[in-house]
Amino acid sequence: MSRVGRGEEEGLVVDVLVIGGGMAGAWAATAAAREGAHVVLVEKGYCGTSGATAAAGPGHWWAPPDPPEARANAIAQRQRIAFGLGEPDWMRRVLDETWRLLPTLAPYYDFPKDDQGKVRNYRAMRGPEYMRALRQQIVDLGVVVLDHFPALELLAHADGAIGGAAGIRTQRGGSPWRIAAGAVVLAAGGTSFRSHLLGSRNNTGDGYLMAAEAGAELSGMEFTAAYTVAPQHSTMTRTMSYAFAEYFDADGRQIDAPFGPDQTERLAQALLAGPVYCSLARLPEDVQRHLPTISPNVLLPFARWGIDPFRERFEVTLHTDGTIRGIGGVRVRSEDCGTGVPGLYVAGDTASRELVAGASSGGGNVNSAWALSSGTWAGRAAARRARRVPASFGGLAPLGRAGLRPSGPSRAVEAAEAIAAVRAEMHPYDKNLFRTGARLAASRRALDAAWSDVAAHGVGGGAATLALREAAALLASARWSVATAEARTETRGMHRRLDYPELDVGLATRLIASGFETLAVRPGAAPVPRLSESVA
Amino acid sequence: MIELIIAERCTACARCIEVCPSNVFEPTEAGPPAIARQDDCQTCFMCELYCTADALYVGPNADHPEPVEPATVLASGLLGQYRRDSGWDEWQGRYPNEQWLMETVFRRAAEAAR
Repeated sequence: MSRVGRGEEEGLVVDVLVIGGGMAGAWAATAAAREGAHVVLVEKGYCGTSGATAAAGPGHWWAPPDPPEARANAIAQRQRIAFGLGEPDWMRRVLDETWRLLPTLAPYYDFPKDDQGKVRNYRAMRGPEYMRALRQQIVDLGVVVLDHFPALELLAHADGAIGGAAGIRTQRGGSPWRIAAGAVVLAAGGTSFRSHLLGSRNNTGDGYLMAAEAGAELSGMEFTAAYTVAPQHSTMTRTMSYAFAEYFDADGRQIDAPFGPDQTERLAQALLAGPVYCSLARLPEDVQRHLPTISPNVLLPFARWGIDPFRERFEVTLHTDGTIRGIGGVRVRSEDCGTGVPGLYVAGDTASRELVAGASSGGGNVNSAWALSSGTWAGRAAARRARRVPASFGGLAPLGRAGLRPSGPSRAVEAAEAIAAVRAEMHPYDKNLFRTGARLAASRRALDAAWSDVAAHGVGGGAATLALREAAALLASARWSVATAEARTETRGMHRRLDYPELDVGLATRLIASGFETLAVRPGAAPVPRLSESVA
Repeated sequence: MIELIIAERCTACARCIEVCPSNVFEPTEAGPPAIARQDDCQTCFMCELYCTADALYVGPNADHPEPVEPATVLASGLLGQYRRDSGWDEWQGRYPNEQWLMETVFRRAAEAAR
């Protein structure tokens, strides 16, 4: 690694740049460093606390190679809810990578053991400890971790190949930075469309925006209609206790919303009619007792509000999960998580998870296994490319547009107003969960207007640049989501159209979205090419 | 969202400034950091987990501030709850990580729902 130009950190030249310091980015940095690459990881917040993993309890999709039927069963089970959009080859690769890699974290993560000293399981991780372990692992591997270093845009060579990124330091008064790299891994998370989903504030879809500006496409963006229950006004979207929940309306009448696949829809219907209250009285007494050491953050809101959640009813809401527990993201074009844009790889929630999740939420398990696996493949491939393509600032040009370089005369555009527009279209249950053509068209018009304002006129300055760029990413993500939801005139998995309540066998295909001013949605010509061999 | 830094507990180690994912704190000349950008707080409680002095209090309301008095919070016994139950630092070994029980809880729920 070397430095050119003036100023500390400005002008770093590295082999691999990883954008995003959550689970996927940390695994990508791990893999790239193990390939011998000099790696820099930039993170908008702090690698260890930022992103959807850190405050959660990520399980991992898990099936050992023995007995042989375990993986076949896991894949068959997943295929039943993938609704034709999953791919068994990719599922097999993810299960294998996760099973092989997760135990290697043992030097950094204290996997709980039973009385005989045997690890109870490797798959159930605590978020804060997991991210702390990954950070220590990459630091020990020589990765340079730059916290509070949000990336704002990618840098490209004249031939379109990605050769770095640029951004600002939020703790140095917005001073700019530029990094040249042989390859870039985008692991910037997905987006909850700025809901209160725990830990998701930084997840504004930045990776989607930057990848699309480089020429990559989006896939599966219609699958954003995932929601998670939480106490009203809180961020505590930890679901385990709610597996035993009972729900009531304002008059104390029980709502028919049993634990199962239809629960979210039933709760959303009830919430559209009025406030909903929850009782956790049925949570078994032994689980109540162990709850603080199973999920130490779950009881924090209750304790602070003076609520006994096992004896008192409390009001609940549903927070939008967007693509974090949903599916969509940058279209993966090759088995090493390439995007079709030379030098640009994607991982975790930034990469479309359709390959392994299909049309139904992967929940924490599939999503975590995907983050680990895609991060590993992307990081390894980026390191190998960097051996062939040396990094250089020569001829690099910035690609950022909306929020950075307006297409028309610049004037003050409020990021907060643009973000409010996204929330107004992507959060309401009667817009994003229970979809109709008419409501989607109305959302499209509202989002188009907000996008035009930001893209044509918006320009930031200092810390305001980050907020405006986040607003642009949120708007772009929401527009791709609404456009694909309009095009998918059927109900499939988490995508529910009230005006098309049946599955249409003719639409068993991925929907590919692209573009900014004018959006294009087209059916994927064919599923991702069949794997010939795994990454050599 | 973040409501309080208890000045009498804060050691001005600046760890919260470093670990906050949304950069809500700002260093001051001397003494505790300032809560400079409360609106940016994502109510993730991570700062409390990393504060070995148990000097931080995050209110559970992510929509609106809920101001509290330092004396009330100090008397409540709530400070440091997250770090203790997580078994971090001096609590290591006394509060075991039982995350692995989660899947059995989901299994029991599914069986109960049948």
